[in-house]
Amino acid sequence: MALDMSIFPPLPLAKLEVGQHLYWQIGNLKIHGQVFLTSWFVIAVLILVSILATRNIQRIPTGMQNFMEYALEFIRDLAKNQIGEKEYRPWVPFVGTLFLFIFVSNWSGALIPWKLIHLSSGELAAPTNDINTTVALALLTSLAYFYAGFSKRGLGYFAKYIEPTPILLPINILEDFTKPLSLSFRLFGNILADELVVAVLVLLVPLFVPLPVMILGLFTSAIQALIFATLAAAYIGESIEGHGAEEHE
Amino acid sequence: MDPIIASASVIAAALAVGLAAIGPGIGQGNAAGQAVEGIARQPEAEGKIRGTLLLSLAFMEALTIYGLVVALVLLFANPFS
Repeated sequence: MALDMSIFPPLPLAKLEVGQHLYWQIGNLKIHGQVFLTSWFVIAVLILVSILATRNIQRIPTGMQNFMEYALEFIRDLAKNQIGEKEYRPWVPFVGTLFLFIFVSNWSGALIPWKLIHLSSGELAAPTNDINTTVALALLTSLAYFYAGFSKRGLGYFAKYIEPTPILLPINILEDFTKPLSLSFRLFGNILADELVVAVLVLLVPLFVPLPVMILGLFTSAIQALIFATLAAAYIGESIEGHGAEEHE
Repeated sequence: MDPIIASASVIAAALAVGLAAIGPGIGQGNAAGQAVEGIARQPEAEGKIRGTLLLSLAFMEALTIYGLVVALVLLFANPFS
């Protein structure tokens, strides 16, 4: 169902579409084409920037290389804080990929005027405002922390389910399901809410008034990417080192 | 869509967001107040306090967002229509 406020004269940039997609049929699968298009764009941007930054590595970094080194240091500190000095190194690529992909996706949805490109149905937006993307990322995180726990502690990993007492067993099992649920809903809801608020404001006052809300949207998008990466690292760290060092929700 | 289901869904969506905003509102107020107090006591710790505050505010905000997700499902992907 498209939320189409037909009281107002139709404005070119102010239409809200939730739940409408550009369907591609592949075999028996129906996939959301617009999400793929924007994800490919985001992946291309990330690869291009990485290539540009590492093409001509200098001892004293300048320009793009400097920027990417700053980003890498930021991600490394994040992983080190959550996972711990000893074990963090193998998980830096995973946490970094999550952070960079979500961050660039969120900002591309807010900064690039996707609405100018017309599709036959649905519209281009940030890939993270489709629940399938966020659920995929959250399930990857679940797999990652299971793998981390298993490879580090073997079958002893299951001891965490009866810690501190066996009475908590159902709650500990439930936690494995609520972790990806809350991760995916948090990201999806925040990004979709941002885009809806901006679209409603643009619908009411097309000029200047939505700007502060857009800036707030940029801020929350960045924070959400940071939170997703931090929580993923925290879950991995928790399953590596045994009984929860830090508890989030 | 059946008009009764439609009107019930709209009311339920409004209640979902409205009620979900109460708890996090109180929580965010508390957290921000304590953070200001902390900064007043120890102005040199401002950066650290601000970072933690923003992170925890986002966690509380997520609770309202869960209500919003329920509201959006009721409005745009209603399972009963």
